Amino acid sequence: MDAILLQILNGLDKGSAYALIALGLTLIFGTLGVVNFAHGALFMIGAFCAVTFSKLLTLSHTIIDDTRKDFLGNPMKVDVPYIHEFVGQTTGDAIIDWAVPLSILFAVPVMIAIGFIMERGLIKHFYKRPHADQILVTFGLAIVLQEVIKFFYGANPIPTPAPAVFAGSFDFGAMLGFDPNTIIYPYWRLVYFGFAAVIIGAVFAFLQFTTFGMVVRAGMADRETVGLLGINIDKRFTIMFGIAAAVAGLAGVMYAPINSPNYHMGMDFLVLSFVVVVVGGMGSLPGAVLAGFLLGILESFASMSAILELIPGINQIIIYLVAIIILLTRPRGLMGRKGVMEE
Amino acid sequence: MFGLSKRDAGLLFVVALLCLFAPFILNPFPEGSAMAQFNGGYPDLMQRLVIFGIFAIGFNILFGLTGYLSFGHAAFLGVGSYAAIWMMKLLTMNVIPAIMVSVLVAGLFSLLVGWISLRRSGIYFSILTLAFAQMSYALAYSVLTPITGGETGLQPKHTDPRILDGALPAGQSPRANLFGLDMKASTQLQLGDWVFTFNAGYYIAAAIMLVAFYLSIRIFRSPLGMMLRAVKSNQQRMNYTGLNSKPYTLAAFVISGMYAGLAGGLLVAMDTQVGAERMFWTASGEVVLMTILGGAGTLIGPILGAGFIKYMENIVSKINDNVLHGWFSFMPDGIENFMVTIIHPFVGKGWHLTLGLLFMLVVIFLPGGLVEGGQRIGNLFKRKKADPKSPDGTTTTPAE
Amino acid sequence: MNILEIKNVNKRFGGLQALGNVNLNVAEKTVHAIIGPNGAGKSTLLNVLVGKLIPDTGSVMFDGQSVLGRKPYEINQMGISRVFQTPEIFDDLSVQENMLIPCFAKRDGAFAMNGYSSVGSQRDVMDKAEEMLVEMKLADKRHMHAAAMSRGDKRRLEIAMCLAQDPRLLLLDEPTAGMARADTNNTIDLLKQIKEERDITIAIIEHDMHVVFSLAERITVLAQGTPLVEDTPDNIKGHPKVREAYLGETQVAA
Repeated sequence: MDAILLQILNGLDKGSAYALIALGLTLIFGTLGVVNFAHGALFMIGAFCAVTFSKLLTLSHTIIDDTRKDFLGNPMKVDVPYIHEFVGQTTGDAIIDWAVPLSILFAVPVMIAIGFIMERGLIKHFYKRPHADQILVTFGLAIVLQEVIKFFYGANPIPTPAPAVFAGSFDFGAMLGFDPNTIIYPYWRLVYFGFAAVIIGAVFAFLQFTTFGMVVRAGMADRETVGLLGINIDKRFTIMFGIAAAVAGLAGVMYAPINSPNYHMGMDFLVLSFVVVVVGGMGSLPGAVLAGFLLGILESFASMSAILELIPGINQIIIYLVAIIILLTRPRGLMGRKGVMEE
Repeated sequence: MFGLSKRDAGLLFVVALLCLFAPFILNPFPEGSAMAQFNGGYPDLMQRLVIFGIFAIGFNILFGLTGYLSFGHAAFLGVGSYAAIWMMKLLTMNVIPAIMVSVLVAGLFSLLVGWISLRRSGIYFSILTLAFAQMSYALAYSVLTPITGGETGLQPKHTDPRILDGALPAGQSPRANLFGLDMKASTQLQLGDWVFTFNAGYYIAAAIMLVAFYLSIRIFRSPLGMMLRAVKSNQQRMNYTGLNSKPYTLAAFVISGMYAGLAGGLLVAMDTQVGAERMFWTASGEVVLMTILGGAGTLIGPILGAGFIKYMENIVSKINDNVLHGWFSFMPDGIENFMVTIIHPFVGKGWHLTLGLLFMLVVIFLPGGLVEGGQRIGNLFKRKKADPKSPDGTTTTPAE
Repeated sequence: MNILEIKNVNKRFGGLQALGNVNLNVAEKTVHAIIGPNGAGKSTLLNVLVGKLIPDTGSVMFDGQSVLGRKPYEINQMGISRVFQTPEIFDDLSVQENMLIPCFAKRDGAFAMNGYSSVGSQRDVMDKAEEMLVEMKLADKRHMHAAAMSRGDKRRLEIAMCLAQDPRLLLLDEPTAGMARADTNNTIDLLKQIKEERDITIAIIEHDMHVVFSLAERITVLAQGTPLVEDTPDNIKGHPKVREAYLGETQVAA
């Protein structure tokens, strides 16, 4: 029982990331009808927003501290972040400590801007082109984005810690009456899950309760008719793309402490997120979220040593395997609508 | 000639000439000159040019004709490579069984993958193939390590059984050969300052590519080729014309999988090693790029695309800051440094960035690839000369 | 002798009874029209005939064999060819290649692994395609891109492709929908000519009464998924039920 609970918890954070990326992919596909292979790169850029923001906060200048001496007896040179001078040392350190959550503020405008530029500059011209062309051009873009990041940040993962408060782990087992230390779960992952839930809720609420969202949903259901009604969907699609980019970016920002950002993390997640979208049902938002969590949890179960002893390597392929089975038995995915991407 | 039309035979002839004289064509710079490092006429690169040419020719039979975009073809290349290396370990270092088995194994594997993936079309098909390839890659890296060598990959060892070969003398490493002819055997020809290398492995690979190319021309011109184009054009009409599009598409898939396996087997025949990274999805993406860059659906396109990309990779990754400074040294220092800084990200280790940009530019501006580009330029000249009454573009014009 | 026998066919889509107890026979070598207002179930019936839909109950026999549960290509190989509302041809291929494909399908069946010898070397098929091109007055457009043809020519090509298979039954789904008058008349003439020259049964689903009354020998009127009446064109014209079904549509004029 406790082992099962632990695996479910373990699957939640990865599942959250899948769900968020898949949500954005589905939004873009459902509204714009575009298959965006560069969506993983947006996730990756989000993570690097966190990296950049931390670096900006810790931008330092060197001063000579007369009170301390180095081993030669000379006054010691100390790097002091500029932020200490603006807000004082204590507040400054606190801000640096909270760099990752704070970088949300930085990432949202950046991601929306990137989304706008992408849609206006590139994607827009591919609405009427075949899906193969869309896949190919966004695939090229994904390569370009990841290489640009690699150029500026190098190929190695950059550790980006969560605030110290969340550094510890949470003993679920003790809380639920199991033996202590059987189900321990890092606080940050819990935060990530909560964060993902809030974002997903916000996106759904936005689509459900605003006029804008209503038009977008109508557009997803029947694009031509909405266009005929004289509603300028193009503009809304641009905004939708920006939102999808922001969702992916935020997923990346908060994921930075879980997995040190590297330039190819986007592609790693993209392939899986596409599988998630397909399993959930192309064009179905609830399907994307559901499949994201399901597959995340499934993957975590497959990584249990008891299961690995039974079927070695299953953790590596479980998601693909499920996708293949789903696609063959339920072509529309778990919650796919009729008529979306069918022959 | 060989059952080809005059035009197709001419095309085959041109490609044969290019292959034959590649050691000269790719080595335009005299030895010892500053540009000599950009010579491409060394065996390793030339082998890769033709082998990836085979890979792209095969991929084009699937993507170019039927329009089914597979993102998992590197898996077949990888499977072919593993099959070939095991032949070399168990049977003989002669490349013939290795290559034959690699084609066979890749064909069987693609039959399985294709049979499942082709139940869906469009993006679903792309993702299914991608899923299969990633699965193969993940398995090759982890559980299948006893068969694949995992991260370290596989190489023929002195201690391998190799039942058909006699025991190797102590200290001699096993070398790939064709009935005793070492794949690495080369002769050099010195003409003045120029040095040209003729490599046995390259010519064998090139001969195989010519056969592969010849077969692909025959497929393109056959009823099968026409049916495959019909699949791309209108599956509905096809089904209502009494034709079952599934086996046709599966045939194309398996043929292209066998071509990929052949390329994988040849890679092993040349460098006698294999690693799982050969199956990674970026490798699948690369063959897509080659085919599109050259011109999907055209005969010569994939060869041009493969050649162009592998050659550019070689050149661009060799350009470093020193070379750049050399190029811009005529400029004032400030501008020189500026130019070097601008170009720096795109060269050397930045090759992938250039590749990605190239990919986007081709898809955006030249969906028909180099062949279409060549035709456009050709038409431009024709129009100046005379009123063009050119027929449609279903047939291919060599774009040399 | 009936070539097509539809018995007690029912088809529901959720709460909608698309086809209710349809009984319909098409006699060999006649032109049989199926008419009816929008939503009468004409398209559903057609899709049942070609294997795209499977009815909930009932049987559909073509030449004594059931077509139910067979795939469209199998039904086509049995001898039923279909012409679509908007011409379905191979847009990316040349007119000649469009013509060759049904000829290969006729000779080689649903699949043939014929990947080595060139198309041009298959003389029998080339000749057959050429014959059809000439007969259908498409020979001068042989090398044209099919997509570049006029709509009327596309229709002509589609019909030619169907005829190249020597079908026993030719199904036409509103063959003149969206056509200008001149094109419509050309198509009528073409179909009349086919009817006279070929040993063939034609079933036509049509909206345009002008077309129906110019061609049909028997007419079935479908309304709300059920055949209302079946009779000769002359009797149908004056039939009160038909007038009622069409709510006073005045197109019923010869």
